[in-house]
Amino acid sequence: MHELPQQLANGLILGAMYGLIAIGYTMVYGIVQLINFAHGEIFMVGGFGALTAYLALPDGTALALALPLMVLGGVLASVAVGVAAERFAYRPLRGAPRLAPLITAIGLSIALQQAIWKWYPDAKKARVFPQFKGESFDILGVTVQRGEVFLLLAAPLCMLALGLFVSRTRTGRGMQATAQDPDTAKLMGINTDRIIVIAFAIGAAFAAIAAVAHGLKYGQVDFRMGFITGLKAFTAAVLGGIGNIYGAMLGGVVLGVAEALATGYIEEIPGMTQFGGGSWKDVWAFVLLILVLLLRPQGLLGERVADRA
Amino acid sequence: MTALLEVENLRVAYGKIEAVKGISFTVEAGRIVTLIGTNGAGKTTTLRTLSGLLKPLAGTVRFDGRPLSGVPAHKIVALGLAHSPEGRHIFPRLTIAENLQLGAFLRKDGPAIDRDIQHVYELFPILGERAKQASGTLSGGEQQMLAMGRALMSRPKLLMLDEPSMGLSPIMMQKIMDTIAELKAAGTTILLVEQNAQAALSLADHGHVMETGRIVLSGTGADLLHDESVRKAYLGED
Repeated sequence: MHELPQQLANGLILGAMYGLIAIGYTMVYGIVQLINFAHGEIFMVGGFGALTAYLALPDGTALALALPLMVLGGVLASVAVGVAAERFAYRPLRGAPRLAPLITAIGLSIALQQAIWKWYPDAKKARVFPQFKGESFDILGVTVQRGEVFLLLAAPLCMLALGLFVSRTRTGRGMQATAQDPDTAKLMGINTDRIIVIAFAIGAAFAAIAAVAHGLKYGQVDFRMGFITGLKAFTAAVLGGIGNIYGAMLGGVVLGVAEALATGYIEEIPGMTQFGGGSWKDVWAFVLLILVLLLRPQGLLGERVADRA
Repeated sequence: MTALLEVENLRVAYGKIEAVKGISFTVEAGRIVTLIGTNGAGKTTTLRTLSGLLKPLAGTVRFDGRPLSGVPAHKIVALGLAHSPEGRHIFPRLTIAENLQLGAFLRKDGPAIDRDIQHVYELFPILGERAKQASGTLSGGEQQMLAMGRALMSRPKLLMLDEPSMGLSPIMMQKIMDTIAELKAAGTTILLVEQNAQAALSLADHGHVMETGRIVLSGTGADLLHDESVRKAYLGED
């Protein structure tokens, strides 16, 4: 059974999760031109933060009641790690050759994975994440799991809030100015160091929300979960046009839908049978990235390359 | 009376290359002081150091009675020192109105900010006509007007203008120079960096000629304008 509406819905849900994580890559890149390769692990830490909050609650607490505290726990953990990474790992390297912070990011990514593996209780294997029990919803013939409803509500709300923040608030405008011309932003009286911290914090908070959604969907968190998901989200950011927050969400959705369609339909193409199914979906995601980089290197909504020249 | 800006023995280096090799000058309130000289003389470096974007090697800068050493760039504008940078550096993807609002980033007096924006539109009507347009679509001269207007939005005690006439048509340049004269008449203190020595010296109360990081000649604008060596070196006469 590969009904098209169901595949599209699956893709949209997966894509919204990629998009939320991609925001973190794209905001940080837009402001400091750094690919924060530790962002996947900031996402992963958010999952463990949410799990910790859940475990701290009395047994038998309804998941719907626990969820706000789990989100809070996840966001606190991710933001703490994201802000600390900026302050102690990346800020000292500002102005250094670009390879230095990139290598630092990869090192930080490995260190965070290993830290959770070593010190989080029983994290050497995947840990069970609470899931909503009960029937899935049937919306116009499309099956939506209970846990996925959280993401379907959270992702648009996060995008709306971010869009308003960036365009309507003073700090948001300071952020745009810093992204376009950091030195001149300083001349306006904008504390660009603070703006950079805020960008890291927002990206981390969104990643944590995605991690809660990921946990609810798959029923587990794992110290390795940030790697491939982070790479997909990075792909989504590039796909949408890195530096553009709406592009990140669009890129996420396009990637998610492409993955779902590839999983569902590629095997039906004559001669492609062996390339279908779930095990090939990552390959198709990266094939899509390669195609976009070849045909539209600035990404779907990107314009930065020309602007910056 | 002490000057608004006092620069003493300022030295600035990029790595091992010293771009400013110990210069001293002052700017009195209400005056226009200009630094002239060829490319690479250290004029832009001097302004970028005064506004905190570059850290000096040595020397002292006092602004409005306060030493500026160690004050980060984003706090210097709060003290009343505004900088319209070389190459204009407007925020291209923001509208003209948003650029002007960013110039008033540190101010909290909303209604007065709106009045000041209107004032900039009176000074440069073309900006008012295009207020909602992305500023990257403006011509070079219009971008220069926007950069100056944006610097004025912080209500500075001292306005630093770096090469405001660079790359402009003669008509546009005249317009910019007229505006600088208007600002002076309104009591604004200006530190003007220019390669167009003729225009700058005609406006300035005081001028300093810079060569390879040093001030080699100082005098009133009129004196320098009539100085033989200046005329030879910078005004293209033989």
